[in-house]
Amino acid sequence: MAESVKAADDSRAPVSQRPKTMAPPSDIRDIGALVTVNIDGQDVKVPMGTTILEAAKKAGIRIPTLCYHEDLCIAGVCRICVVEVDGQRTLQAACAYPVTSPLKVKTHTRKVRQARRHVVDLLLSTHYGECYSCFRNNNCELQALAKECGVDFFRFGHPEQPRYEVDRSSYSVVRDMNKCVLCRRCVRTCIDLQEVGVLEAIGRSANTKVATFLDKPLGEVVCINCGQCINRCPTGALRANDPTDEVWAAIDDPKKHVVIQTAPSPRAAIGECFGQPPGKALTFELNTALKQCGFDRVFDTNFTADLTILEEGTELIIRLKKALVDKDPLVALPQFTSCSPGWVKYIEHFYTELLPHVSSAKSPQQMFGAIIKTYYAKLNKLDPQDIVTVALMPCSAKKFECNRQEMCSSGYKDIDYGLTTRELAQMIKEAGIDLPNMPKSNFDDPFGTATGSGVIFGATGGVMEAALRTVVELVCGIKVEDLFAHADIIPVRGFEGVRYAEIPITKVGPVPDILKPLVKDWNWLKGATLKVGICHGTANAKKVLEDIRAGGKFSECHFIEFMACPGGCLGGGGQPIPTGPAIRAARAKAIYDEDKGYAIRKSHENPDVLKIYKDFLTDGPCGHLSHKLLHTHYTARGKYIV
Amino acid sequence: MISSRRGNFTFNGIAPEAGLKAALQKGRAGVIGELSASGLKGRGGAGFPTGVKWNLAAAAKSDVKYVVCNADEGEPGTFKDRVILSDFAPLVFEGMTIGGWAIGAKKGVLYLRGEYIYLRPHLEKVLAERRKQNLLGTKILGKDGFDFDIGIRMGSGAYVCGEETALIESLEGHRGEPRNRPPFPVDTGFQNKPTIVNNVETLTWAACILSKGAAWFKKIGTDKSAGLKLYSVSGDCTRPGVYEFPLGITVAKLLGEVGGENAKAVQVGGASGRCVPASEFARTLAFEDVPTGGSIIVFGPQRDMLRVARNFMDFFVEESCGQCTPCREGNVKLLEGLELLEEGRCSMRYLRELCALGETMAVASKCGLGQSSPTAFLSIVQHFQDELMGRMHGR
Repeated sequence: MAESVKAADDSRAPVSQRPKTMAPPSDIRDIGALVTVNIDGQDVKVPMGTTILEAAKKAGIRIPTLCYHEDLCIAGVCRICVVEVDGQRTLQAACAYPVTSPLKVKTHTRKVRQARRHVVDLLLSTHYGECYSCFRNNNCELQALAKECGVDFFRFGHPEQPRYEVDRSSYSVVRDMNKCVLCRRCVRTCIDLQEVGVLEAIGRSANTKVATFLDKPLGEVVCINCGQCINRCPTGALRANDPTDEVWAAIDDPKKHVVIQTAPSPRAAIGECFGQPPGKALTFELNTALKQCGFDRVFDTNFTADLTILEEGTELIIRLKKALVDKDPLVALPQFTSCSPGWVKYIEHFYTELLPHVSSAKSPQQMFGAIIKTYYAKLNKLDPQDIVTVALMPCSAKKFECNRQEMCSSGYKDIDYGLTTRELAQMIKEAGIDLPNMPKSNFDDPFGTATGSGVIFGATGGVMEAALRTVVELVCGIKVEDLFAHADIIPVRGFEGVRYAEIPITKVGPVPDILKPLVKDWNWLKGATLKVGICHGTANAKKVLEDIRAGGKFSECHFIEFMACPGGCLGGGGQPIPTGPAIRAARAKAIYDEDKGYAIRKSHENPDVLKIYKDFLTDGPCGHLSHKLLHTHYTARGKYIV
Repeated sequence: MISSRRGNFTFNGIAPEAGLKAALQKGRAGVIGELSASGLKGRGGAGFPTGVKWNLAAAAKSDVKYVVCNADEGEPGTFKDRVILSDFAPLVFEGMTIGGWAIGAKKGVLYLRGEYIYLRPHLEKVLAERRKQNLLGTKILGKDGFDFDIGIRMGSGAYVCGEETALIESLEGHRGEPRNRPPFPVDTGFQNKPTIVNNVETLTWAACILSKGAAWFKKIGTDKSAGLKLYSVSGDCTRPGVYEFPLGITVAKLLGEVGGENAKAVQVGGASGRCVPASEFARTLAFEDVPTGGSIIVFGPQRDMLRVARNFMDFFVEESCGQCTPCREGNVKLLEGLELLEEGRCSMRYLRELCALGETMAVASKCGLGQSSPTAFLSIVQHFQDELMGRMHGR
């Protein structure tokens, strides 16, 4: 699965940091021509324009790097990857040097080794590294480089005092510039990969630092909390706001009933923190481990993912009916998904006029919190005040989301603490639990049944696929398997940055009971073509939103899935570090494999969901109570409002 | 300060627009051929053959190309471009126009050092005059299809913006930071279009060469360093100012001309250049020996070379763009080392370590600024080690 997160040509990154583009060869016969590079005496043939680093990888030769990252444009600033190129006076950065003619390269001559060692020594001379107390201990690229280069003393000194105050102003991201090595991966992530542009280098020389607009605290700028910068930081300069201590305290408090919900993406990735290869899901092992940690109940976020599909799907039907039957010109179509909190904050900042398009449905995380502190509390005769809701999410923006003031419609905070995959892995390690070898156990009732639709929420296109499985069946009255083999809606899958699909509604069926209060029949949809869009990464979201502004193809859509993070939730800012296209593809595979294994794969067939509409949300999806508990509203923040 | 112009400049005797007219007559290939034959090399200091640069840009396939005149004269001790811009601006613009003709560019930009803003009204006036005379604009001098105009953009005070790719970044409105090379500006320059970036003096000589012929220029100077060069001379000498000499003269000869015979050392090439001690005054100022962008700073016998070195390192610690590790952090370490020397607390071993670091900076930095920043340090330590270490023994 080749990932093209975004095209290079409309990059907003400074030109110095954009990917290399080679001018097409003047002779047509040269297109796709291979060039021979000799690296350390070994010949390797690569296409014109391949960098020395890529050529070396192909030859199986390791060149250490620091500022280089597979997902990002090239900076060539750390100078760790310098190599000797025959005929060049100076050393060249392997990551940035395109091969356009036969080259002879040496990767570890005396000159290279000395330069590399000096660069590491210089980085260590300003890196306020307190390895023992750093969350990246043993997972730090600078630490690994120091070892690889044989650093055995601080040649040029080592800071004894921090220079900067740690910025803890954001609910999601903590910035400790004392540990920053100025590789600018975060800058390139924010400006070029995500096109948010909160971080940029300021100052010169030794005063250079990565800063926000006017050097304001991160909590006061237009940061969307996606945490992609955390995933790409080589050191501990960026990390998520960690509530582990509070969660332990709640567990230790016998009066508290602590429940945790686990989202699909962390389950597909947490093994990476325990030495497992990417793509090994530990869903049921995790259930056991969480119980051993002391959580009272373990629930599956899939339950509210299914609930989200019914709420959001119903909302879409209401909007479509308003537009097509009532001819209401004010109805906002296409409807946008709302489950990615990074995306929600993005649109709140940058496209305020399109906010009415965002579904009012809360994210699955928040819905679950509201249900636990109402329905579940009542069912189990618990005082909501004594319930502590914890959410295991692949996401740093979820920490901001659960602290939104409007997220307490039950009278209590829907979700008390959001934990990232990394933080929970740390808790499990602290408890001495060997996660990969735990026996498997199921989720707890009354939300124990999950569907495959909920699981695939973790991958880009998953929400759309889940919604389509339900909408097609409810509207057309046919089995989705009749349209798509094994109910796998392949057109919406994949890693293409922006995707578009059309589903013609050739026949309609009877209106199911659950929707009868809303519509009498489906005849008004007969012959219509359902047009949907999918995008992941806010840079791609921007493309879609600009297209809508310009009245393009996506303005004709009915429903568009937006995910703030590249790859969807599985590439979220709370996931294990490192990340990269291959890692995300492996996680996606784990998620789709898990979907295949479920007996029930469609949200509207989830018996627990149907039961809650029967017993609790009795006025149905988008009814009065669900509106109170499961829906929310948004703030037009603009670029100047916090 | 108005610097003295010493002696007669070749530029004075060049007939206005003779070069441009000759260029139009010779055709594009002819202009590049003439420049290549003249052996003209970049006068900013790097010494890249101008004919080769123009030829690459001319061969690049693009409808839009640019000519950029690098007037961000920031090298400490250099002020010859200021003299050229104030006294010979028409010749500079003529050189740019010839460049535009040669590579097929329609637009030229003069990137003027921020501190030279007082020159801008004068330069704008010259440009307006040239437009009136159809030396700029459309169908220049009646040549069908030759349209070219020049705009002025101001720098904002960063030394690094004299580096051509950082200059381009700055022109585009970005933070002035050097780009990765390759690709080079001749195929991916300003706004990703083929661009030639040439020093003020280079362009002026180009105009002279077209006017007087390549043979005239090639005859002057040495085999590898053809032609004449302007020098900005300052420091401990009796006649500081801007001089014109052929390339290839010895340091001693230059010192004789400027009244600096008793110098103990000469800094050739400004902060990024090297320090030549008295024992090496027989060396020549040429690309193949001691290259220079024109800055000559004379140090008399009373000068403290440690102070001199410190002054240069202070400069680089201030002016490193902060992008790449060796330059950003390395210059700080060299400066700290000099401070230790001053306090008599720098061991020989650490000094050797710093020299090795200097070697790393020279080969591993991203751009010319970082690569040349340790040169002054290294040459002063090499030639004046006893004086530097003397502090230690004196304590």
